[in-house]
Amino acid sequence: MSAVRVLVGTRKGAFVLTSDAKREQWDISGPHFAGWEIYHVKGSPADPNRLYASQTSSWFGQIIQRSDDGGKTWHQPGTPPGEPTTTPDGMLKGESNKFVYDTSPETGKPLTTHQWYDGTPHPWEFKRVWHLEPSLSDPDTVYAGVEDAALFRSTDGGQNWQELAGLRGHGSGSSWAPGAGGMCLHTILLDPNNPNRIFIAISSAGTFRTDDAGKTWQPINRGLHSLYIPNPTAEVGHCVHRIAMHRSRPGVLFMQKHWDVMRSDDAGESWHEISGNLPTDFGFAIDVHAHEPNTIYVVPIKSDSEHFPPDGKLRVYRSRTGGNEWEALTKGLPQSDCYVNVLRDAMAVDSLDKCGVYFGTTGGQVYASNDAGDNWAPIVRDLPAVVSVEVQTLP
Amino acid sequence: MIRVTLPAHLRKLAQVDGEVKLDVEGQVTQGSVLDALEARYPMLRGTIRDHTTKKRRAFVRFFACGEDLSHEAPDTPLPEAVAKGAEPFMIVGAIAGG
Repeated sequence: MSAVRVLVGTRKGAFVLTSDAKREQWDISGPHFAGWEIYHVKGSPADPNRLYASQTSSWFGQIIQRSDDGGKTWHQPGTPPGEPTTTPDGMLKGESNKFVYDTSPETGKPLTTHQWYDGTPHPWEFKRVWHLEPSLSDPDTVYAGVEDAALFRSTDGGQNWQELAGLRGHGSGSSWAPGAGGMCLHTILLDPNNPNRIFIAISSAGTFRTDDAGKTWQPINRGLHSLYIPNPTAEVGHCVHRIAMHRSRPGVLFMQKHWDVMRSDDAGESWHEISGNLPTDFGFAIDVHAHEPNTIYVVPIKSDSEHFPPDGKLRVYRSRTGGNEWEALTKGLPQSDCYVNVLRDAMAVDSLDKCGVYFGTTGGQVYASNDAGDNWAPIVRDLPAVVSVEVQTLP
Repeated sequence: MIRVTLPAHLRKLAQVDGEVKLDVEGQVTQGSVLDALEARYPMLRGTIRDHTTKKRRAFVRFFACGEDLSHEAPDTPLPEAVAKGAEPFMIVGAIAGG
């Protein structure tokens, strides 16, 4: 019988929530890595027992954790204690928490500066991993989107990380600037039909695509219009909050931008607005139904200065038409005095029939719908602020 | 034998209880103690000081014998009481926030 595993990252630890296919009764384990910020936990599509977690702290920096048993036990995939930390020829062995920008002449670019909030040049500094995206086919290959914005890859199960420096060095890097949450690479979408194609998004540089497995990149922001930047239609500089795709149709992308919900039908070459009748088109999360590629979900947030739902009503909005026509989903969600936020990585879907939809809030609730959004119920109510939610559908 | 105390989060990462005891070759300095600590517990690399520059992380402090040694140069000898194992070298997570 199928089962569902929900992986929740919070400001004070990770939680693993499991249920059978009915998705009515849930077991909750955690906190794992108690007291640490867990920006993201995600499982490998090729091996559902292989999980990766980004554990981070302003005090002690970045840790990568790995589980090989579905979240029951965890370890740092670098050199275990007691083992030699160098190879026989003196080289340091795996350091799973080491993220160093590539400045080598062969593959890197000189590490210069990006723009700071006030427009002045600022040195590139690694802060944390925002998002981990395991390969679709190899459990040992995983991508990491980091702050300050760059893309790293490990091909040995998270022991060693190398930057794909063509992104940061593609030419516009010096003009990238941080959003309010930092200059983070927060979204990584792997094209299931083309292993050489990856989409990423950065706040607040925009969206980029590679068609050669990460060697070279191009900005794909044509059609975005952002009033808060000097040139509203600039090639880069847009505060993209999240992008999403359906596996069956990887050339169609959906975007929640700072303001505006957008759609591309040509792999990001051009975008058009699909905000339609949404009560506000500010928000963070966006996702696509597992079986209906034209059914999408967003959680409208009042504004960039008031990070909570309009009118104190927590409403998911669903479009069954690929955008523009939206319906409010409210059954089981608080419809008064609700002032939580739903962050960009805090929404996910399962692939059961009917499709399950999940999201977490900064108030510590994780809500689930086992009928594609028609009805909702909290799985858990009182976790620390939820940063990320991922879902695994298990055989 | 050099005694080192770690903050709770780092003790958990290193899977140790209580103080860590280290053999340090040569002069006992902040740098040589951290080198020995990271060699024995590689999972702590990057959590106390930067992987590459070896600069102390901003919210980590070093104390010994009632003194704040956070701003001492890494190659400055630590107090004799630390070198003899009478007093611990204390690695502390700064109190920060509200």
